[in-house]
Amino acid sequence: MRAKRVLQPLVLVLALALFAAACGGSDEPEASSATETASSESTTTETETETASEVSDDICVEGDTVKLGFLNSTSGVMAISEQTVRDSLTLAAEEINADGGILGKQIEVIEEDGQSEPTIFAEKINKLLTEDEVAAVFGGWTSASRKAMLPVVEGANGLLFYPVQYEGLEASPNIYYTGATTNQQIIPAMDFLASEGVETLFLAGSDYVFPRTANKIIKQYAEELGIEIVGEEYVPLSSDDWTTQVAKIAEAQPDFVFNTINGSSNVGFIKAYDEAGLGPDNSPIISVSIAEEEAPSMGVDLTGQYASWNYFQSVQSDTNSTFIEAFQAKYGDRPTSDPMQAAYVGLYLYRNIVEKAESFCVEAVNAASDGVTFDAPEGLVTIDGSNHHIAKTGVIGQINADNQFDIVWTSGEPIEPDPFLEDYAWWDPNS
Amino acid sequence: MTAVVPETKVTDVTAADPPPEIIPARHRRSPVKDYGALVGIAVLAAILLLWAPSSLSSFRLSNLGRYCALALASMGIGLAWGRGGMLVLGQGVFFGLGAYAMAMHMKLEVAGPEGVPDFMTLYGDGTMPVWWEPFRSGTFTVFAIIFIPAVVSLLMGWAILKRRVKGAYFAILTQAMAVAFAVLLEATGKETGGFNGLNTFSTVFGYNLFDPEVKQNLYRVAAGLVIVFLLILWQLYRSRYGELLVATRDAEERIRFLGYDPANIKLVAFVTAAVMAAVGGAMFVPIVGIISPLDVGASASILLVAGVALGGRTSLFGPVLGAIAVGYGRSTLSESFPTQWTYFLGGLFVVVILLLPGGVASIGSKLAGLRKREVLT
Amino acid sequence: MDALTTPFLTGTATGAILLMAALGLTLTFGQMGVINMANGEFLMVGAYVAYLTQQVISSAGVSIIIAIPIAFVVAGLLGLVLEATVIRWMYDRPLDTLLATVGVALVLQQLAKDIFGAQGDPVVLPGWLDARINVFGYEWPLRQLFTILLAVASLALLNALLRYTSFGRRIRATVQNRQLAETQGVPTRNVDRMTFFLGSGLAGVGGVAISLISGTNPTLGTSYIIPAFLVVVLGGVGQLKGTVLAAWGVGVATAFLTDWTSGSMAQVMTFALVVAMLTLRPQGLFTVRTRSLA
Repeated sequence: MRAKRVLQPLVLVLALALFAAACGGSDEPEASSATETASSESTTTETETETASEVSDDICVEGDTVKLGFLNSTSGVMAISEQTVRDSLTLAAEEINADGGILGKQIEVIEEDGQSEPTIFAEKINKLLTEDEVAAVFGGWTSASRKAMLPVVEGANGLLFYPVQYEGLEASPNIYYTGATTNQQIIPAMDFLASEGVETLFLAGSDYVFPRTANKIIKQYAEELGIEIVGEEYVPLSSDDWTTQVAKIAEAQPDFVFNTINGSSNVGFIKAYDEAGLGPDNSPIISVSIAEEEAPSMGVDLTGQYASWNYFQSVQSDTNSTFIEAFQAKYGDRPTSDPMQAAYVGLYLYRNIVEKAESFCVEAVNAASDGVTFDAPEGLVTIDGSNHHIAKTGVIGQINADNQFDIVWTSGEPIEPDPFLEDYAWWDPNS
Repeated sequence: MTAVVPETKVTDVTAADPPPEIIPARHRRSPVKDYGALVGIAVLAAILLLWAPSSLSSFRLSNLGRYCALALASMGIGLAWGRGGMLVLGQGVFFGLGAYAMAMHMKLEVAGPEGVPDFMTLYGDGTMPVWWEPFRSGTFTVFAIIFIPAVVSLLMGWAILKRRVKGAYFAILTQAMAVAFAVLLEATGKETGGFNGLNTFSTVFGYNLFDPEVKQNLYRVAAGLVIVFLLILWQLYRSRYGELLVATRDAEERIRFLGYDPANIKLVAFVTAAVMAAVGGAMFVPIVGIISPLDVGASASILLVAGVALGGRTSLFGPVLGAIAVGYGRSTLSESFPTQWTYFLGGLFVVVILLLPGGVASIGSKLAGLRKREVLT
Repeated sequence: MDALTTPFLTGTATGAILLMAALGLTLTFGQMGVINMANGEFLMVGAYVAYLTQQVISSAGVSIIIAIPIAFVVAGLLGLVLEATVIRWMYDRPLDTLLATVGVALVLQQLAKDIFGAQGDPVVLPGWLDARINVFGYEWPLRQLFTILLAVASLALLNALLRYTSFGRRIRATVQNRQLAETQGVPTRNVDRMTFFLGSGLAGVGGVAISLISGTNPTLGTSYIIPAFLVVVLGGVGQLKGTVLAAWGVGVATAFLTDWTSGSMAQVMTFALVVAMLTLRPQGLFTVRTRSLA
């Protein structure tokens, strides 16, 4: 009996040791080599950064290739959206490589999956920056994922190109925001509504930071414009059931509904809206997250509804038709959308900055970024070096029967990014 | 000779069902011995505290630190579920209470002595709720990490266990609490950061989070706590209380007839498990740098239970090894097989629960010929 | 008047959906003690059946009716497969079925994601449901009435089955006392299988109803499974009338709370209410009289 009592824990320990060995073993070729290279490389980069201040022709990347990280969710709830961004990034990388690469270096892409979870985004960007030592990371979608990556990318002094429209109020020296900030999407939408003579507005959003912030801005600007807000409703991100809230919209009969709902909750909202007898002829919707891809998946004909973006597939320009042609040649007959285009633009802008700076070093890139332009599918975009956002044109589209957008309003010229809304007198962040 | 025909009396579905395939806790004659486990703890300590810091890159080490934080919560589940028979599907609540307490303090450190956390100015009206105020103090925070989950779990456990809610009812109620907790956090964006959670920290108790030395030490604390908790559990399991807990799991009515109140016995395990989860949560935040409702909700809670089931719920080491294995699998397997990972995780649940309810830990015992003596019911 | 009728009616419709999700659980949980967390995925399967039927039969008005029996059979068969491959080995430890079926749920979700994509496929509301009736000033969507009628019809059929057929008698006998039923020659194993088929099939029908209110996506089931279980537990295990009352109560309470507070707080408060009720009445609103201890 005694022998057994000692034996059992010992066997457990043995299993444990085996486990540790197995872990270590499977990890060995990868991890040990990774640590070796990491340590050897980190020493070289240290000496590099030291010498960088003295010798200006050091560009922080050695060899014939430059490593870039693509960090998007290819699994989890965000996968379907983020996969489109991954696809257009891949397209841009191939095009740039065919065109001679960046500063003569071919792009070597390292892909990681954020699994739709902020924690995983933080882990993976840490891996990309510290283990793989990529020159820049492209990706992220939700605000939560960006917020999770922000401290890591700042701590490691790396670079992140974030491709999605967001709630603004942020400017990190280590992040470039190639999607719209609020004054390039929300405010143009309000200007459009004012030009349409809208008097009453209903706000419907997910219970999330983007809708909450957007609605805060909308409410203040609406007061300025003399538009009355007749209701404001939120539903948790995890919920699809909008029936009770839509009943309130039906009761309020607003001139317009401002929709800041995220992701798949849109379907529940649109369906409830439709069955309540609402439509473009009585209370039309203007959305900021329904694009070419989402429109056909609602189960309801959206013809006549509006969306505010900076890019539509229907934008008429040579660069856009080239982009659409290249995208569809590679991925088949799929629509192109704003975030995809913004991601595509991000990689090209990065190339342009690096070629202007003639260096991949973060300091050099940041020093050179101001005023860098790219003739994007959406039109000419320019980086504002002071806040790392880009000047973009605001466009409002109306959905037609082919689930494409007819452009009904544009801001005319690119709007300078103003993430903190400093140039808007009516804006009071503390109200 | 697997029993295909169900012969249990399922009329009383609320009764905690004894897990028959599981090796009953320890069938020791005298609870004093069993020092063999100490050898195991020593080996684990050597691996976690000596081998890992010297041979893993800082990235892998901080990952391991995260698994250790999760393992702390898993150990609590091992106690409550493996030994106490309470399937706790809502440990995310307590993990979250510890994590948010820590995160609030770190957020206030960033904000400075009189400052307000950035998200409150950005998304709210720039005023801070009163209940944030005490978290400026590090001492209060440490106290809160232990005390708040303890009180909450005590009240919750008292209300539930005293009413003799058991088995599936208990599991579903705890899971509902995890869902409600996550939704509550999402709904209170101005006070708790909402869906984005709390993030963008720079220091923990004054130490710079970006300092490699600090990172290593954070790992050491997390790994050290794993060892400390193992020692505590080892002591607990071989104590008279440990025996009582297992007895309550296996035959609650008999314990009641013997004059004990099973609710009290289980309550102790439930509260201990909650505190362990909270400490894990508190370690999770400085290591990972973010806490959000996704990390505390129903699926996060289930993932914790998955680790425990894999490792072996009744074993001392099972929950720790299981948590580390699930975390490691999630990081590494998902790097190579992003979609297959979900299949793998799902399959793991089914296969382990179906074929190996004692977890991986029971393989060892089986091989050693210490195969089950039938559970005494 | 509107402030009362609107939440009451929408809440009743929500309750009807919850009831469809919960009926199958009540049966399997009550009879076998099995906690089938994959029941939410049977809802998803039902919704996808509605979608696929609509792809084949382009008339939305016809396809939704045809989808109902197909969804019942497909989800029911899946339930049988689940029973035969996983559940049957675990009747002696019902608590473990909870975890094993969580694994099954994960696999089914990923499978749906790989087959249909994560975006969700639309089911179009048939024209004959796209109308409203005026109830005390509230333009009540006909779709909600349809959902309620579907739930009531399922319930009536199930009730008749349990009450008036020999199969129903066997089920009730098995629920009340398995041993005694066996001694009377009731083939309890077969009864178990059929109950599983029935319960899963009902979830499939519920899925068809859900496909009309939200997107058809792989994670559709996850948002219903926990509320459905709360309904089962609140109603009292194995009790149809309890389940009906609980589902209706939870639906209406959520709707009123949503009306008064916000969607998120309503969820939190409903959960809190149910938990509080259960600590007061741990056996649920109604209980089966059994001779067991405790």
